[in-house]
Formats: sequence, structure tokens, C-alpha cells
Amino acid sequence: MTAPAIRPSPFDVARVRADFPILQRQMNGQPLVFLDSAASSQKPVQVLEAMDRYYRQHHANVHRGVYQLSQEATDMFEEARRAVARFIHAPSEEEVIFVRGTTEAINLVASSFGRSFLKEGDEVLITWMEHHSNIVPWQLICEQTGARLRVVPISDEGVLDMEAFAKMIEGPVKIVAVTHVSNTLGTVNPIRQIVDMAHERGIPVLADGAQAVPHMPIDVQALDVDFYAFSGHKMYGPTGIGVLYGKRQWLEKMPPYHGGGEMIARVTFEKTTWNELPFKFEAGTPDIAGTVGLHAAIDYIESVGREAIAAHEGELLRYGMELLAPIPGMRLIGTAPKKAGVISFVVDGAHPYDLGTLLDKMGIAVRTGHHCTEPLMDRFGVPGTVRASLGIYNTPEELEYLAKAVEKAAHMLR
Amino acid sequence: MTINEIQDEIIDEFSLFGDWMERYEYIIDLGKNLPLIDEQYKTDDYLVRGCQSRVWLHARLDEQGKVQYTADSDAVITKGIIALLIRVLSGHAPREILDAELYFIDRIGLKEHLSPTRSNGLVSMLKQMKMYALAFQKQLEKI
Ligand SMILES: Cc1ncc(COP(=O)(O)O)c(C=O)c1O
Repeated sequence: MTAPAIRPSPFDVARVRADFPILQRQMNGQPLVFLDSAASSQKPVQVLEAMDRYYRQHHANVHRGVYQLSQEATDMFEEARRAVARFIHAPSEEEVIFVRGTTEAINLVASSFGRSFLKEGDEVLITWMEHHSNIVPWQLICEQTGARLRVVPISDEGVLDMEAFAKMIEGPVKIVAVTHVSNTLGTVNPIRQIVDMAHERGIPVLADGAQAVPHMPIDVQALDVDFYAFSGHKMYGPTGIGVLYGKRQWLEKMPPYHGGGEMIARVTFEKTTWNELPFKFEAGTPDIAGTVGLHAAIDYIESVGREAIAAHEGELLRYGMELLAPIPGMRLIGTAPKKAGVISFVVDGAHPYDLGTLLDKMGIAVRTGHHCTEPLMDRFGVPGTVRASLGIYNTPEELEYLAKAVEKAAHMLR
Repeated sequence: MTINEIQDEIIDEFSLFGDWMERYEYIIDLGKNLPLIDEQYKTDDYLVRGCQSRVWLHARLDEQGKVQYTADSDAVITKGIIALLIRVLSGHAPREILDAELYFIDRIGLKEHLSPTRSNGLVSMLKQMKMYALAFQKQLEKI
């Protein structure tokens, strides 16, 4: 195999890598090559230190104490919310709800929106490339309400069939839920176009941003989405914290998701009234340290620069696909013109599980299997794929090593 | 040979390998050469579902009262490990299989493949092998 002439442009990746202590580790005697950021990214020291500092010096429960510590914790918590609002350009911080992650955000909308707005005969429109997190919550609410789940097909390249979408949106659709970036194919979906077509009929759109937020600037107002969900742990922040952005007009019409403390205005045994946004949707003690870590992750991403990250990763993606494509028996799954973050593939005669096992022995962390997108695997007629996914810290050299390792593993298996 | 004698024999064989590559090349070879399960048993009835790879397992009690296992997998490394498990457990009495403690997996550095989180079907397969042995044991006790 000859190396393609084009090399990714320089990016100060060495400095970025120095911020991630885990990248110093060895796996099976080899330097760790971490290519599974789509499952969960690694964390820079800035995030670790912010959370450590919070627990050492500022921790108390939020919104409850008159004392100074509680005030400090509350301030940090609410500052994190402001940082998120700025980061995704939300019109106001009341529209930013802290949740555990993308999964909880989607469940919240499916349950709360569904209970108020879905009834028998209605339709929920999703796509063939959704993560199980954006399928199962809708199935559950459809079962409860009698609404029907409909699925927009995709092409062999992994591009959403917009003609089919245009037809399907004419049905009795009450909400559209679509991923911004596919975690298996890397396809970037035309959210704004989808939103415009849905809004013509007054239908709200939820975008699953789990795989988009780490890789590109996000502006929820420019996208004009009604709901946007993402996870902190895929964007260099901690696990256990995520965000649901929702337009006020919808959030105000939706009943609470969970009941408990924080989310109420007044409780009597006869009737309880809800707190205002965003607290109505934040029952119980939140993951305060998680929000502090998320804030630090946002600061980190902004300090590196979102455009610079997108450019660096875009080059890596192109380079990685170029390196892998010529390997004998290689089949890239997901070749949409607009892609981000993910290279999925299968190699003839080599089961993804076997490839993943051998790559692990060579120090490479990739994901194998169906990536929580089983319908998509069925669509492409494969039991699973090997997925190499990119982060801010990956290098062209790592992709060169990956390509060599895949070739070697495939050779061993045939 | 007893189950433990076979385990020790495998441990000896693996001690000759220099690095992981040699170990895996051997397992891959075993996987490729494992006599395939009879096509009639490669159905959902005999499927042990793993998330990452699929395993089919069939067992019968022969005339000598020994359990004979055959199995298959769509992943060749999984299949190679299956070949080892069959070499150790197949051809023994149900009681011996039920009492067997499989220490060889650990000793030849393949423990990770038998972790429940790996979800390659091997843990479930091992459980299923013991279940078959238990069923045959009950059958023998009745006679
Ligand atoms: C597209 C997509 N949606 C949703 C999720 C679920 O995210 P979480 O597990 O953080 O809730 C993931 C994570 O794998 C994802 O890739």
C-alpha cells in the first residue's frame, strides 16, 4: 500500500495531547492509540482539576443554603449553565436543562412531550441511522399512546433520503427526532433543512447532538431546532452530565418528567405546582461537580478553538479513509459527502470482533459491534463494524499505524 | 486423559509461544480447523446469543455415557477458543464436566475472552455446556 500524497495540515496536537494524562498509558506493551472517542472521549487535566477543586473547596448542595458555601456551589452550577447556553448559542439559560446525558434528554422529551401531545394515530418520525437512544424512548411512548413510529430510509452511502422525508412529513407526524451526526456512519444530517420542512407544518424537531457537539460549532438558533440533546462525556467532560436544550414555547407546555425536590414551586398533598424553567425538569440534587467539569470542558474546547478542531479532525477523517480504503477486502460503511468523526468498516473474511481483538493487542482501542444501531447493521447486511472514531488528540501517525495494524490483522485472519 | 490433564497439556503447549501473535495465530488456526457443527444444528434453537459474535452449540450423550459437544461461531477467534473448550470438556462424563474447574483459560492469557462484559457468547456458551451436562446427569440418574 502506498501512502497518499496529501497529509493533514499541522495542528498543535502535541500540546493538546500533553493535556490528556491517560494518553501516556501503554496497552499490551504498546503506546495507547485511542480511537474510541465517539463512545466516550478522554479528559484533559483542566477538567479533572476543576472538578477536584470544586469538591475540595466549594461543595455544598445548590439553591438551598443561605450560607456562603452553598452560594458558591450554586454560582458555579449556574455559571456552567450560562457557559452551555453560550456554547450552543441558546437564546436563554432557562432553556438549558441539565440531565445525565443524551439518553436521558431524549427520554425526557419522548415521555413529557409524548404524554401531552401524542395520541392514537399520530406519528413519530425518526431515521434509519438513529442510535438506540433515539429509537427506544419513542417506541415506549408510542406503545403507551398508540402513536406510530415511522422510519426515514437512507442510501447505500448512508445519506438520509430527503425525498422520502418530504413525503413522510406529510403524514400525521407530531414530532421528528433525528441525529445530527450518525455515531456509526459519521453522516452529518441537514438539520436546518429538516427543521424548515417540519416547521412548515408546525412540527417540532429534536436533534440528537451527541456526536456533533464534540466536532463542530453548534448554534441551536441557526439550526432552529426545538430540542437539542448531548452528553458531556463525549466532549471531554465527565460522565453523568448532559444537556437538553429546548425552546421555551415547548418546555412550558410540557409536564415535568421526574418528581422530587428542586422542581416544585409549592407542595401540598392536594396539589403541587411546578417550579419555573429550567428547574421544573431538574428533580433532585443535580450532578453539580459534573456541571463544573462540563464547564471546564467547554472552556477547553473554546481555548483550542472549535473551527481549528473541526479542521484538524476533518483532515484526519479524510486521511484515515484514504489510508484504509486500499486495504484488500476493505468496505467502508458510511461514505456520505458530509461526515464527521467516525470511520466504520468491515473487511471481507475478517469478523469485526476478531479484528477488534487483534487491534487491541496492538494497542489500538476501537469499538466493534453494532454500536447500538442494530437496524442500521441490518440495513447494510453486516453483523457489525469496526469503528475508529476521532478526537481532538488523534494524529495522522496514529491513523497510519491503524491502517498497518488492520492490514496485519486481516492477514492473520485470512 | 482427565479434564485437568488436558488443561495442563494445553498450558504446556501455550508456554512455547513467544508473544501474543503466535498465541493468536494458533487460536485462529484452531478456529479455522474446528469441525463445523452439523448444519441442522446451526439454527436459532442452538444459538447462544452474544452481542459481538454468535455461537452455536449442540451436545449429545454417546453410548459410553460421555457428552459430545459440537459448536461453531461466526468469529474465528471465538471459534478457536471454543475448540479449546471442546477439547477440554468433550468426551467426559456429565458429572466430571459439572465438577470441572476451568483454570487453563486464565493460565494461557485468554481470560479477557471469558469476561461477561466481552459479550462474545463464550460465557453463555460455557454456562450452556454445563447445563447440557446437568441435563444428561439427571437423565443418567433416572436410568
Ligand atoms: C448518536 C448518539 N446518541 C445517543 C447516545 C447516547 O449517549 P449517552 O450514552 O451519553 O446517553 C450516543 C452514545 O453512544 C450516540 O452516539
